[in-house]
Amino acid sequence: MSTSFVLNGKPTTLDADPTMPLLWAVRELAGLTGTKFGCGMALCGACTVHLDGQAIRSCVMPLSGVAGRQVTTIEGLQSPSAKAVQAAWIALQVPQCGYCQSGQVMSATALLEKNAAPSDADIDAAMSGNICRCGTYQRIRAAIHAASQSIKA
Amino acid sequence: MTTDALKLLAPTRRAFLKGAGSVGALALTIGFTWAGTTRRAAASAAAAQGAPFAPNAFLRVGADDSVTVIAKHLEMGQGSYTGIATVLAEELDADWTRVRVESAPADAKRYANLAFGMQGTGGSSAMANSWEQLRDAGAKGRAMLLAAAARDWHVPVAELTVEKGIVYHAASKRQGSFGSLVRTAATLPVPAQVTLKDPKSFALIGHYPARVDVPAKVDGSAQFTLDVVLPGMLVALLKRPPLFGAKARSFDATAAKGIDGVVNVVQVPAGVAVIAKSFWAAKLGRDALVVEWDDSQAEKRSSSALLAEYRRLAEQPGLAARKDGDAAQAIASAAHQLSASYEFPYLAHAPMEPLDAVVKLSASGCEIWAGDQFQTVDQKNAASAAGLDPQQVTIHTLYAGGSFGRRANPVSDYIVEAVSIAKAHGADGTPIKLQWTREDDIHGGLYRPMYFHKLEAGLSGKGELVGWRHHIVGQSIMADTFMAPMMIKNGIDPTSVEGAATIAYAIPNISVELSTVKNGVPVLWWRVVGSSHTSFAVEAFIDEVAHAAGSDGYTFRRKLLEHEPRMKAVLELAAEKAGWSSSPMPPMGPTGKSRGRGIAVAEAFKTLVAQVAEVSVDDAGHVRVDRVVCAVDCGTPINPDIITAQMEGGIGFALGAVMYGAITLKDGHVEQSNFNSYRVLRMNEMPKVEVYIVPSTAPPTGVGEPGVAPLGPAVANAIFAATGKRIHVLPFPSGTAA
Repeated sequence: MSTSFVLNGKPTTLDADPTMPLLWAVRELAGLTGTKFGCGMALCGACTVHLDGQAIRSCVMPLSGVAGRQVTTIEGLQSPSAKAVQAAWIALQVPQCGYCQSGQVMSATALLEKNAAPSDADIDAAMSGNICRCGTYQRIRAAIHAASQSIKA
Repeated sequence: MTTDALKLLAPTRRAFLKGAGSVGALALTIGFTWAGTTRRAAASAAAAQGAPFAPNAFLRVGADDSVTVIAKHLEMGQGSYTGIATVLAEELDADWTRVRVESAPADAKRYANLAFGMQGTGGSSAMANSWEQLRDAGAKGRAMLLAAAARDWHVPVAELTVEKGIVYHAASKRQGSFGSLVRTAATLPVPAQVTLKDPKSFALIGHYPARVDVPAKVDGSAQFTLDVVLPGMLVALLKRPPLFGAKARSFDATAAKGIDGVVNVVQVPAGVAVIAKSFWAAKLGRDALVVEWDDSQAEKRSSSALLAEYRRLAEQPGLAARKDGDAAQAIASAAHQLSASYEFPYLAHAPMEPLDAVVKLSASGCEIWAGDQFQTVDQKNAASAAGLDPQQVTIHTLYAGGSFGRRANPVSDYIVEAVSIAKAHGADGTPIKLQWTREDDIHGGLYRPMYFHKLEAGLSGKGELVGWRHHIVGQSIMADTFMAPMMIKNGIDPTSVEGAATIAYAIPNISVELSTVKNGVPVLWWRVVGSSHTSFAVEAFIDEVAHAAGSDGYTFRRKLLEHEPRMKAVLELAAEKAGWSSSPMPPMGPTGKSRGRGIAVAEAFKTLVAQVAEVSVDDAGHVRVDRVVCAVDCGTPINPDIITAQMEGGIGFALGAVMYGAITLKDGHVEQSNFNSYRVLRMNEMPKVEVYIVPSTAPPTGVGEPGVAPLGPAVANAIFAATGKRIHVLPFPSGTAA
């Protein structure tokens, strides 16, 4: 059974079990490996992608659920907010092991797309679903504020 | 540091190597292997064809000016790639923007960890053991590039200077990039001796070279084992027994094989594997698989029952890990006696990337892709599982999505599983990726052991600490592993007592005892190893003693550290930066919340760390850690930003563990399964962290683990300051977590 949707701006049709989580469809069928597997239960955020601009956990979203919709993965980030986030992540040297960082960048980008000047409480609310075992949270927070400043500038 | 037991805590390298040799598995050509004449000639011929200049095992300079540093250590987040490259590039005078890092192959002859005598990463040893080796490698590469310029330009070497990958001759106004010199350099002999730089002239070490791995970790392009794709590759999930020590008796694969995409179902020593064309098919196949288990040899006790046994053992004499004077007598005759016990649960490492390995096995060889942390051991164990020689096992080490010790284990569990599955599938050269799920990880054992600590102390009428007794009960990490013969002496596993037997405070009578238990729960080192529990017990109890002596935690510790200038200095630095020296209590916070400040100091892997934690506790008992001030002395700071990051991260990792971390067993079944039941720290719980690095020119020591050690007791001591309640059971009681 095939499912058609827009992946990183390109019309895409994947022939797969419609119950397969979007995470595995994107990774194994579309070959985009930037989106990571961490828990399989929407508990850690490593698999975060954007669905019609909203940050969602692709490990629990069945492929059938994205039919006709727009999916953006870390490989497809292009918006000014996304570029500001990635630049801030580099400037503040956020990643350690790096495994969760695709998901962190996706969640941070979705936050800034909606709220260009988030408070610390806004950051807590938007980012607490993304676990980082290396404990890079302080730098993530600082990088989101820095990205916010650079967007305003 | 006077007893025999303590001497083993720092085994000499020679003893370690001898022991390692005795297991017969480890290649031990230690030191720097320079290319011999034959290889030089070959290199020369290669250079003539435009090949790079590769004067030693750690460096390659291309005609395109690229500088490739070969890393013998795993990059698992701790910054090893950047640190390694920084040290070599410093002595080479390379242009940092042209430096790349690639991982070394598994080859203990060239790439042994000099602290281990075999290839592997751990014990926060990457920089400490590489420091001289890589400075030498860089300096010799530089000397050869200079010699090449002198020869090509017909000028004296002494008149040449180098900066950022360019060699200059001021008098003739000539200059040339490294790339322009590689052809000649490759024909020259390697100098026997070189002079290393004066640290005053360091341009990279002690500065802030950007991490080499960050750009790829920000755009999703960094390659982890999860991301390995090979032609024809299959994905395997393994169904493991529900109890430690159980085995598969039989299985019914009918339903599993009915799942579209499932290719094979095979039994291996660790369980029954479903091999499929995709992760999802393998997952559905494993869900459908029916296995009957033989649990006759399994561990079926609950962790509460195990702990009850530990408590009983703590009342009986243990083996002496340290004995200074007569602690029992000193305490018995002291004016005041204190006692406390501390309980520490099993902990999972839960790295973000669940364990995974890709294996391509044929009759003639085994190729492995993994975030491999223990190459020499994994090579041997993989060979054993495959029926090959270790030399036939090739390992490609990729970025690891965290480890915290889990990927370096003496049984190579995840590697051996993958090899066994490939073998059971026919060893036909089909690449197979073994993927663990998060549930596999949380249930998978090799936990930080559970421990019970009993402490007693005696204070004189003047408030002097005259006696200290510490009894530790728990499983040994080293027992029954290949490391046991070289590490366990007189029944003492040093990893069970490090941080306790090494207590630095000036106390005239000290007794540290160990009772080692055996049970069926597999255990392993976990970030900062012994100090993950000993530091808590020592630093929480010394705080109780300080309070009983009518002193504050900082002043009391400081007086007992007059003979330990480095430890005293980090303690003072943390106290000063936190404002403790002016008041032991932090400024008041929001109304309705009690505030408290706690301090702790620890030495782990020769790095000294002191932390001051500030907490707020509301009326319901919910704790928030607001701020942690951290001072660290790790010798020469190679990359201050990475040191800072490791302290920040270690604090976050440790805070999650002390607030929530626990693996518990009920009738042998692990009660946790994923991040809902095995909670870790999240963004909203991260305190503000400030890190201060002690300037030093001493040889560098590690930073990956030590930041974890003092955090728990600093927070527990702060909670006491805020509430008057001591914490004796970890994790913190539910209700103290906000």
